[in-house]
Amino acid sequence: MNLRADLELIAGLINPKARVLDLGCGEGDLLAHLQSNKQVNGYGLDVDAENIRICLDKGVNVIEQDLDEGLANFENDSFDMVVMTDTLQSVRSPDMLLKEMLRIGEQCIITFPNFGHWRCRMQLAFLGRMPIAKHIPHTWFNTPNIHLCTFRDFENLCADLNFPIIERRVVDHRNIESPLGSLLPNVLGTVAFYRLGRTL
Amino acid sequence: MPAEIPADSIGVVDTLTFTHAEPFLLQCGQTLPGFELIYETYGELNSARTNAVLICHALSGHQHAAGYSSPADDKPGWWDACIGPGKAIDTNLFFVVSLNNLGGCHGSTGPLSTNPDTGEPYGPDFPTVVVADWVLSQTLLADHLGIDRFAAVIGGSLGGMQAMQWAIDFPQRVHAALVIAAAAKLSAQNIAFNEIARQAIASDENFLQGRYADEQQIPDKGLGLARMIGHVTYLSDDGMREKFGRELKSGDLGRGDDVEFQVESYLRHQGQAFSRRFDANTYVLMTKALDYFDPARDTADSLVAALQPAQAKFLIVSFSSDWRFSVSRSKEIVDALIAAGKNVASAVIASDHGHDSFLLPLPRYVEVLRSYLRCVHTEIHTAGTT
Repeated sequence: MNLRADLELIAGLINPKARVLDLGCGEGDLLAHLQSNKQVNGYGLDVDAENIRICLDKGVNVIEQDLDEGLANFENDSFDMVVMTDTLQSVRSPDMLLKEMLRIGEQCIITFPNFGHWRCRMQLAFLGRMPIAKHIPHTWFNTPNIHLCTFRDFENLCADLNFPIIERRVVDHRNIESPLGSLLPNVLGTVAFYRLGRTL
Repeated sequence: MPAEIPADSIGVVDTLTFTHAEPFLLQCGQTLPGFELIYETYGELNSARTNAVLICHALSGHQHAAGYSSPADDKPGWWDACIGPGKAIDTNLFFVVSLNNLGGCHGSTGPLSTNPDTGEPYGPDFPTVVVADWVLSQTLLADHLGIDRFAAVIGGSLGGMQAMQWAIDFPQRVHAALVIAAAAKLSAQNIAFNEIARQAIASDENFLQGRYADEQQIPDKGLGLARMIGHVTYLSDDGMREKFGRELKSGDLGRGDDVEFQVESYLRHQGQAFSRRFDANTYVLMTKALDYFDPARDTADSLVAALQPAQAKFLIVSFSSDWRFSVSRSKEIVDALIAAGKNVASAVIASDHGHDSFLLPLPRYVEVLRSYLRCVHTEIHTAGTT
């Protein structure tokens, strides 16, 4: 099975037998991959009935839980890595969730679409319309994305929360690492990939 | 039986009896001189004996979970919606075992059986049985059938508690535990409902302190009332509104009829029908088993510690409108399993049908069971070939 490029990237950052929590785990591809290749029996949270069914089919530990209801049921330091791909922009309180992720996990990995990409900027500046692009495909009235942000916004939030950025990568809409995007991430990058740690 | 057996029915099934002729020590300290368990099986046990599934019944359940008891039977077993060829618990893949628990009133040794010491029915003298006793007795049935390890132990409500106890007490013998609409222990409110039901039974003048069988009496009023209370708690407010609303039986108010609302007539019918097919002493015994269930009692109230020995993978299913065994009670089990580092998956099924949902063929629920068990089947097959 070919793993989505960003998931491949994430899998490379996870140690064998690590304790992993995947927020918004979708069809469970990352966890299924970690299970068969790294002896990781992680847990994934999702609320979509079809995603959950597919996870069950794969033998993935999927838990039906809404991220907007918080993660209070998870204990401090109960995971080595908390992952959230392409989900930050659609949760109710991204800042609270970020704090929770680093309370229960030692590190976290977050990916989100960059709203500062030049195509977005152009559409807003010259057409006066809400941007639609390959990495942000929804129209304004039916988008699940209620908290879109840019590389710079996210880094400002991390600074405010005092969360050190261990690494930043720039990937394109196919989730492949983009050398061009890395030159000017906030303008040329489509998808942001961050690994954060706790305040030392 | 209907005019034609549906293609996805297991058909007419036999009732079998397992006799354990040795003394059996119960958790309460008393010993039964031996016992019989009545059971049914559906599907074929494979040659490696790895595809067995145990169905644990709830408060008022019994061995007849699927198919028809006889060609004249017009109603299939209580979980026929989910057990059969091609169904969620697929008898083409699995060998399904369903029994009547010890203390039951459908043929297994219980209060209606003769006490060998007195030659009379046990009645109220039948010893207290707890979930762990049931599980132990079920292992003896499994031994008898040549099943070392179940691919899955499945149960709803009180049955889910048995699945949990199996995983704790016999970690090597369960591959997957499916715990549906259950709780790690009853809440005070839940115990209170059981106590009201028991008091309803005890207050029937024919109950005779449980000795009604000796006098050829049946405390049907008390048992019927107990069932009515139970039944209301198994439904939801929305579900009852949808089913009955405030419909009047006669169409107009104040005619002075004894039964005015549809819901009253429905409940009375349920109560009466139940009191004809169930034994009052068994009802008391089963509700007590529910009340006593608390696997964390021996681990200083830590459910995480109680679940630590388990090796099974778990599926925890709950239903949105179930207030007797609410979603949050299932979440407690899920959280404890995660904290204990166990394999667990969970689903919360949207339903208006309250606790009763676990018996209904709700499409998403059925698909969840089907997907999970398909994966279980692949896993046991893979394990068998490597």
